[in-house]
Amino acid sequence: MNDPRKGPAPASSARCSPAGWLARLLGRLSAAHRKYGLEWWILIAGAAVILFTIYMAAFPRTLARYDPLDQEAGPQMAPPSREHPMGTDNLSRDVLARMIHGSRTILGVAFAAALLSSIIGIPLGLLSGFAGGAFDRVLSLIMDSIYSFPGLILAIAFAAMLGPGVVNITLSVAVIYIPTYFRLVRGQTLSIKEELYVEAARAIGCRRSTILARYIFPNVIATVVVVFSLNIADAIMTEAALSYIGLGLPAGIPDWGMDLSMGKKFLPSGVWWMITFPGAMISTLALGFTMLGEGLSEILNPRLLER
Amino acid sequence: MDSPVSAEPILQIQNLSIAYPIAIGTVRAVEQVSLELGDAEALGLVGESGCGKSTLGLSILRLVRPPGRITGGRILYHGRDLLAMPEREIRALRGKNITMAFQNPLTSLNPLYRIDRQFLETIRQHEPAVTRPQALQRAEKVLESLGVEPQRLYEYPHQLSGGMRQRVMLALGLVMNPDILVADEPTTALDVIVEAGFIDLLNSLRRDWRLSILLITHNLGLVAEIADRIAVMYAGRLVEVGAAEQVFHRPLHPYTQGLIHCVPNIRVDQERLATMGGSPPDLVEPPSGCRFHPRCPQVMEICPRREPPLASPLIPSPIESAAEAAPQGGEAGRQVACWLYGARP
Amino acid sequence: MSAMFRVRSLSKLFPVERSFVDLLLAGSRRSFVHAVDEVSFDIHEGEVLGLAGESGSGKSTTGRLILRLVEPSSGSIEYRGRDLKNIPRREMERLRARLQIVFQDPNSSLSPRMSVGQAIGHPLAVHRLGDARERRERVLELMEKIGLTPASFLYRKYPHQLSGGQCQRVVLARALITNPEFIVADEPIAMADVSVRALILELMLRLKEEFRLTYLFITHDLATAKYLCSRVAIMYLGRIVELAERRELFSRPHHPYTKALLAAVPIPDPAQRRQHEVVRGEIPSAIHPPPGCHFHPRCPYAMPRCREGRPPLRELAPGHFSACLLD
Repeated sequence: MNDPRKGPAPASSARCSPAGWLARLLGRLSAAHRKYGLEWWILIAGAAVILFTIYMAAFPRTLARYDPLDQEAGPQMAPPSREHPMGTDNLSRDVLARMIHGSRTILGVAFAAALLSSIIGIPLGLLSGFAGGAFDRVLSLIMDSIYSFPGLILAIAFAAMLGPGVVNITLSVAVIYIPTYFRLVRGQTLSIKEELYVEAARAIGCRRSTILARYIFPNVIATVVVVFSLNIADAIMTEAALSYIGLGLPAGIPDWGMDLSMGKKFLPSGVWWMITFPGAMISTLALGFTMLGEGLSEILNPRLLER
Repeated sequence: MDSPVSAEPILQIQNLSIAYPIAIGTVRAVEQVSLELGDAEALGLVGESGCGKSTLGLSILRLVRPPGRITGGRILYHGRDLLAMPEREIRALRGKNITMAFQNPLTSLNPLYRIDRQFLETIRQHEPAVTRPQALQRAEKVLESLGVEPQRLYEYPHQLSGGMRQRVMLALGLVMNPDILVADEPTTALDVIVEAGFIDLLNSLRRDWRLSILLITHNLGLVAEIADRIAVMYAGRLVEVGAAEQVFHRPLHPYTQGLIHCVPNIRVDQERLATMGGSPPDLVEPPSGCRFHPRCPQVMEICPRREPPLASPLIPSPIESAAEAAPQGGEAGRQVACWLYGARP
Repeated sequence: MSAMFRVRSLSKLFPVERSFVDLLLAGSRRSFVHAVDEVSFDIHEGEVLGLAGESGSGKSTTGRLILRLVEPSSGSIEYRGRDLKNIPRREMERLRARLQIVFQDPNSSLSPRMSVGQAIGHPLAVHRLGDARERRERVLELMEKIGLTPASFLYRKYPHQLSGGQCQRVVLARALITNPEFIVADEPIAMADVSVRALILELMLRLKEEFRLTYLFITHDLATAKYLCSRVAIMYLGRIVELAERRELFSRPHHPYTKALLAAVPIPDPAQRRQHEVVRGEIPSAIHPPPGCHFHPRCPYAMPRCREGRPPLRELAPGHFSACLLD
């Protein structure tokens, strides 16, 4: 039967050349737009923001003319100009350079924290949901307790305990998201466990580990990918908040949250660019990940055509 | 079976077409279907999934949900076009003159309300002046005639068994004494013995209440037990219409033939069931000409080129001998959409 | 014919879920549903045994019990002389290569994230039969045989891209890939279109010849049971009420429930409309079934004896068993 989800068939001769590959990609993208509508463009917008930020983080020197730590980059607290598109801060550092280099920090911490949370939370959720019994109850209790704490407060407590440093910040942010993955994966596992294809897998003679790995996990993963993206958005805000309070990184590393905190101090004297740009960057990046997550959510869940 | 008392059909569907857009095109769910339902007649609309029969049933009461829309045709009830009526009027008709019974009564009955309340709501919708005791009395009467004890009024849907729920849903549809019942797969969710009871019920309703029934189903056994006439649908089009016995004993259209011969019959010793090759057609880009031609064992040259009209068969089927063929005059109302029967291209 | 399976007094009880309020009011006594109530029968090598009944009859549960997909509460299931209960879990998993099941809903029996080729080939991987290349070849070969063509094209498709009939073939192929000798078919055609049902039935018959299979065919559709099965058992509320060879059962039914069931089946022929009413009433609650013979409240021939104690399944004629006290 024809599958409406497939895009137009590619011309076979164009399969191998890069131009052909690009044409196919564009073809698929526009076909996808017709299929998915608004969500597709939200996803594209989010992806664009993220990709650009990653580029910024990976190759900061191509975009920033000045060194972010250079305290003689220009006049002190100068408003945005052609020379310094985002102005300079109270230590005469170029704000644009600090934004560009700061992306590396925030992206790195948020991503690493999300990765760590998921690596711990997902397997625990799978095992807990699948095994059930006392193990599940005890683990759920622990996870629910962590979850019931306001995330930021818990992160602050951990950060204060562990002290400053990139690794410690990452750990503090990671801890508060473990229950999110745990609960999501456990819930999905519990419902998928009752599906007929899991019973069919048992009937084939699969071992329980195989059932978990090949039948339950792949069906859980779609929602997890979405949550991962939204999680990074949240982690960005949390990391920014921690360094805003001053529990973040040492002064030597450019950091948006800290710059935000600095900028707040000088706002009453009319210096708006020190706070606006970090704030905008944080919001935009978080928004980018949110849009990616929301767009993915709509697309990854196979929708059945209504008959 | 008795022929309808009055010659004037109570429901006339003329050239009805229904389509709904999907991502890659438009599904032509119903295409130019014309049907008539007589007074106190049971018409069986038969076909497999995707043939459009359910959509057609919904369209009678204008219950087709967007993005599906009726793209053409008329449905005449007592001479008035149901499709052209203002919403207010169609709502007055629903549940009062024309009523519908669906496949799964658990989802059709509101699980939060007691049965009596659902009756009250239905009756008051059409006759707001009716008092509560009057309404309950009518509800009890109709429940009794359907074999449900009146105490059931004071229960919730989940407290009833499947067969009981089906009867309650039917009662809700019949309490306003309608002319027409459209039943879409009413027994799919029922056990065999309960289904038999329900069949008896529908048959007695037809006799005692002079109810016209449009029975939509893929269950050939069910339709054989109830219908006077049968209309067969395939890929959105009508392919055959005729009296029930004639359609079953002498199916004309190759699709009907395939369908009739592939169903196991418990009273008959069958060596092998006939099977139909191919797969159900794509409704976005249906096969050219006759939609059944890719699967037809008797396909001819003209079949992929032109779509055959639904018309009276002019010549007997080539596979029957002249002796077997019944005289054409004896099969009034017989229609088939197939080039095998002498239709003029 | 040797008996592949010997089932004796097989039972499965499910505790009834109770709310907190029920617990407070009714105390700690639990009630159980006898989904399967001391059922005994044999399955002979090479036959198609039908388990027929309405909802609540226990036929699906029995099918799962035989394969130990559900653990029995009591009774024994002997497979080629060995009691399945005593087989350790690892060995049972290996045994499943020979004993397979096909479920009612083909779409739900396939993982949405596994392609056709992966799904069919997975049992081979599980039982470590052949390397990846050999497995792929075997899968393609079986797909051709079973009518899933073009095989290499469909190999990469996912369940949501297939029609219902194709899905059911995939499920059948998956059940056959390890060359089993026994398949439980749990209402395999109930969800298929009318024309597709005939195709699948014919396919199952053909495969039975070719692979020398034994089937346990679970269904509520007696017409299909008559067509496909060599022997049929009728179940009611967890018990077998009649068991006989096909022709015998359909021409000389003994148990009143069997008679009612056979009379109720709608005939696809308007000339043979049912003339009289079928037995009244509905299937009683499985939690509080009627005492003695479960069918007696609805039975037109009921005697006072019928409420005292369960009527035994006795042999009326060679191979024809009935659980009714009537002569």
